[in-house]
Amino acid sequence: MANDTKFRNRKFKAVGTRPPRPDGLDKVTGRAKYGADTFAPGQLVGRVLRSPHAHAQITRIDTSKAEKLNGVKAVITSKDLPDLTDGDSDLYDTLENCMARDRALYDGHAVAAVAAIDAPTARKALKLIRVTYTILPHVTDVDEAIKPDAPIVQPRVYTSGVSPKPKSPSNVARVSEFGHGDVEAGFKAADIIVEKSYKTEQTHQGYIEPHACLASVGPDGHGELWVTTQGHFVFRNTCAALLGMDVAKLTVTPSEVGGGFGGKTHVWMEPIALALSRKANRPVKLEMTRNEVFRSTGPTSSTSIDVKIGVKKNGRITAASAYLRYHDGAFPGIWAMLGAMTSYACYDLKNVKTVGYDILVNRPKVGAYRAPSAPMAAFAVESTINEVATKIGMDPIDFRIKNAAKEGTKSSYGPTYGPIGIGPTLAAVKKHPHMRAQLKKNQGRGMACGFWFNFGGETCTDLNICVDGTVTLTVGTVDLSGSRTSLSLIAAEELGIPYERVKCNISDTASLGHNDMTDGSRGTFSSGMSIIFAARNAIDDLCQRAADTWGIPVKDVVWKDGRALAKGKKHRKLKSLSLDDLAAASSNTGGPIAGHSQIVADGAGVSFASHICDIEVDPETSATKVVRYTVIQDAGKAVHPDYVEGQFQGGAAQGIGWALNEEYVYDENGRLQNPGFLDYRVPVCSDLPFIDTQILEIPNPNHPYGIRGVGETSIVPPLAAIGNAVSDVAGVRMTHVPMSPPRIRKAIKDKQA
Amino acid sequence: MLKVCLSGPLQAAADGAASVSISAMTIRELLRELVEQYPGMQKQLDDGIAVSVNGEIFRDSWSEEIPESAEIFLLPRIQGG
Amino acid sequence: MMAGTLVSTIINGDQIEFACRPDETLLEVLRNRLGLTGSKEGCGTGDCGACSITLDGRLVCSCLVLAVEAEGRKVNTIEGLADGDTLHPLQTNFINHAALQCGVCTPGLLIASKALLDRNPNPTDEEIRFALAGNLCRCTGYDKIVHAVKATAKELRKQ
Repeated sequence: MANDTKFRNRKFKAVGTRPPRPDGLDKVTGRAKYGADTFAPGQLVGRVLRSPHAHAQITRIDTSKAEKLNGVKAVITSKDLPDLTDGDSDLYDTLENCMARDRALYDGHAVAAVAAIDAPTARKALKLIRVTYTILPHVTDVDEAIKPDAPIVQPRVYTSGVSPKPKSPSNVARVSEFGHGDVEAGFKAADIIVEKSYKTEQTHQGYIEPHACLASVGPDGHGELWVTTQGHFVFRNTCAALLGMDVAKLTVTPSEVGGGFGGKTHVWMEPIALALSRKANRPVKLEMTRNEVFRSTGPTSSTSIDVKIGVKKNGRITAASAYLRYHDGAFPGIWAMLGAMTSYACYDLKNVKTVGYDILVNRPKVGAYRAPSAPMAAFAVESTINEVATKIGMDPIDFRIKNAAKEGTKSSYGPTYGPIGIGPTLAAVKKHPHMRAQLKKNQGRGMACGFWFNFGGETCTDLNICVDGTVTLTVGTVDLSGSRTSLSLIAAEELGIPYERVKCNISDTASLGHNDMTDGSRGTFSSGMSIIFAARNAIDDLCQRAADTWGIPVKDVVWKDGRALAKGKKHRKLKSLSLDDLAAASSNTGGPIAGHSQIVADGAGVSFASHICDIEVDPETSATKVVRYTVIQDAGKAVHPDYVEGQFQGGAAQGIGWALNEEYVYDENGRLQNPGFLDYRVPVCSDLPFIDTQILEIPNPNHPYGIRGVGETSIVPPLAAIGNAVSDVAGVRMTHVPMSPPRIRKAIKDKQA
Repeated sequence: MLKVCLSGPLQAAADGAASVSISAMTIRELLRELVEQYPGMQKQLDDGIAVSVNGEIFRDSWSEEIPESAEIFLLPRIQGG
Repeated sequence: MMAGTLVSTIINGDQIEFACRPDETLLEVLRNRLGLTGSKEGCGTGDCGACSITLDGRLVCSCLVLAVEAEGRKVNTIEGLADGDTLHPLQTNFINHAALQCGVCTPGLLIASKALLDRNPNPTDEEIRFALAGNLCRCTGYDKIVHAVKATAKELRKQ
C-alpha cells in the first residue's frame, strides 16, 4: 500500500500553494555557496592547457620546464589518466574527452593541466608546456562530415544501426529509424505534399555559473569533491571509475548550482582536478573560464533536417517523414536518435518514418540541453506543418487539432499514448486572448507545439522526525530551481503538518544511496514520489507508536491532518496524539521515528506544450523584437505554481535566444570565434516582453499526485513558433536558425530576386 | 505470449524483425528471454534500453509486472537535460 | 600569495585593508582574499554582470576594475545590502515574487536594481528592462525579476 504509484484524486492542502523558497535567503544575501565559493587550506590553483587546433596529432608534450617552475606542484597529461575503462566505450569516450590522448579532436580539447600555488604561477606554467602538434584536416559542418572525402574524426567508430556491418570507419556514428505504416503509399494517397529542408546552428546551455570544483585526494585512495553538478552520484561513479578509486571512498558534495539545463550532467574537467590533487597530494581548485565553458563543455548539435508531409485536402495527414542529421561533436552520441523519436510525437499518424544520423565533427562533445534534440526537430516539423496548412487553406491551429495525438494514438516513436495534454493545449491556444490581440505594422504571429519525455529513475530519500516534531528531508536530487520547496510541500501534504515545519536538505554521496541526476524533468517527480513513500512509511510507524501508547491494535489507528486518531466507538475517550506529541515521546516508544524510501520512480508521463508569439521585424534592418509571448503547458499537478511558471518562462527565453540570435561561429581553421557572452548573444532583460503562462493540469496516472515533469518541454516550441511568426512577417519561409537579422534580410532578398 | 515490438535501432539485433513473440511475467523475464532468443540483444541492453508497457516508459524497474496482452515496445534509452 | 600593493578602502561600511598584485581585479580580491564570495565570476569580461558592485555609488562590473583602483573609495557588495537581519525590500520582493531560480545572477541583479532605484524611484517597465540589460539571467526569462523591481519601487515610494 505504501508504494502505490497510481494517481488518486484528492483535495490538496499544501501542494499547489506558493510559499517562499527555503534557499531564497541565502541566495539574495550572497551566502549561498556555488562551485567556486569554497576554499581549502593549502589549496592549489588548477589550470588546463587546451588545443588551439580543431584536429591535430599530438606528437610530443614536454612538461619538464613547467614542472621545474617554482610553485608548481603537479603537471599532468593523459599519462596520468591511464585507461581503466575495460572495454566500456562510453567511459573511454569520457576519458578521452577529459584529456586528449594521442589526438586533439576540437579547438579547446584539454591536452595537459597544472596545479600551482596561485593563478599567475599556474598560467606561467601552462605557457612553459611545449606541445608539438601535427595539424590534420578537420571538418566542422554536419553535411560536410558525411561527404566521402571528409576527414575521419574517430577511426574506431563504425556506423551502428545498419546492416550489413560496415567494414571501414565513418563519421556517421549511428543510424536510427522509427515509425510505422507505409509512407510510400501514404504519400501516393496525398492530395498535396510539402517537402522542405532546414538547418539549425549549435548553441550552448549558457548557464551563468562556469564549471568549478575543489578536489582533494589522498594517497590512501580516499577523496572529496565539491562540485557544481546536476548529479553528484553519477559524477562520483564516473570519476571513481576513471581514477581507479573505490566508489565509496570518493565523497562528492554538490554545491548550489548556478544553472545546468543538462550541461552539468556530464563530467568535463572534474577528473582532471582529482588527478592533479592526487599527484600533488593537496586540494586543487579548478574553475573554468567562460572561454573554456564555450569551447570545452557540451553544447547542442547543429542540424540539417529534411521534412516531407503529405495531406489530403480535408486536412488529414496521410504520411510524414523526416531525415535528421545531427552532429555529436567528436564522440558518438544519441542526439539524432532523440530528434528522430520526437519529430512527430505530437501527431496521430498512420504512416510515419523518421531516420536520424548521428554524425561526428571536430567540435566539443555534444551534451544534453533541456529536452535535447527536440527543439530542432520541432522547428523543422512545425514550420512544415504551417506550410501545409497554408497550402490547403486551413487555419494552422485547426490543422494541428485535426491531426493531434490523443489517448490511444500510436506514437511516432512506437508506444501507444495514455491520457495526454496536446489536445487541451491546442484548445487553450484557440481560446487564449493572445490570439485575438491586434497586430501592428511589421508584426507577425506564430504558434507551435512541442513534446518531451519525462523520466523517473533511481531515487533514495530519508524523512526524519526531530524531537520537537519538525521534520527533515534528506534527498539526493540536486535542487536546480526550487525542488526543495516542492518536496517540503509534498512532505507537509502527506504528514498533514504546516510547510514551515519541514526542512529539505540535499545530501552528499556518503549519506544516501544512489540517486540519478536532476535531469529529464525528474527532480520533483522522482524525489517527490520517494518522499511520499517515505512519509507513508513514517506514518505507519507513527500509528504504531500511537497504538502502543494507547494499548490498542494498530488497525484501529488512522492518521489525519497531522494527528493519530483512535477510530471506533470503543476508543472514543482517547484524545488524539499530534506529530509533536509522538515525537516528544519517541524515546519510550521505540526510538527515533523515520521513513526511508529507495525506489526506481518509473512510468513517468510525457509532456506537451503549445506556444504563441508575436514578432516585429524592422523593415530596414531586419532586427527582431519579441512583442508578446504565451506558454501553455500541461504540468499534471503544479506543486508550486510560481516555480512551474518560472520553468515555462525560462525555457521559453532560452528558445527565443536560440531562435533569434545564438549560434557557434567557426572559422575556416575550425576555431570557435565567439566563446564569450558578448558575441554569443543570449537574451537580456530588454530583449524580452513579459511571458504569459497558462498551466494545464491533466493528471499523470502514474504518480500519486498526478505530477508530470515540467522543466524541459518549454524549450521545444519556441524555435518553430518564432519561425512561423517571422515567416509570417517576412513573407518567406525561414529555414535557418538562428533567424538573425542578416539571415532574415537574405531570405527576403532571395525571395524578391 | 506477448508481442514485443522493437523500435528501429533495435531491429538489427533481432535479425531485422519488427516484432518478436516472448512469454514473460515481468520486464526482467522478458529481457532474459529476448537475449536467449537473440544473443545480439545483449549489446543493446548494455548500451541502455527502455521498455514501454501500455505506453508507460520504464527505464530501470525490471521487476515491473507485465499485464496480460499488454502492448510492449522496446526503445533505446533516452536521456534528458 | 604574491602581493605587491597595499590598498585601503571601505567595503560595505567597514574600513578594510588588503594587499594585492597590480594585475588583480577587484572581483578576485573580494572573492579570494576577502572571502566575499557573493559577487560571482560569470565571464570575467564584463558581459554578464554577475560581479556587479557599486564603487562610490556607481554600478560597475568588479571584474573590470583593478583592485588597486578601490584605494580610498567606497565599495558596496551584495553582502552589505541587508541591514543586519533586516532585508532590503528588493531582497524580500525577489523571494516573494519568485524572481530567482538558481540564484547565481541574483546578487548582481540586486545591486543593479538598487542602483536603478537609487537614481530613478519611479521607473517604467522599459526603464527597468534597460537598466538591467547588463545582468544576464538564464533561468527566469526576467519576467518575475521585473515584477519584483516594480513592486519594490512602489513600496519604496510609499515610505
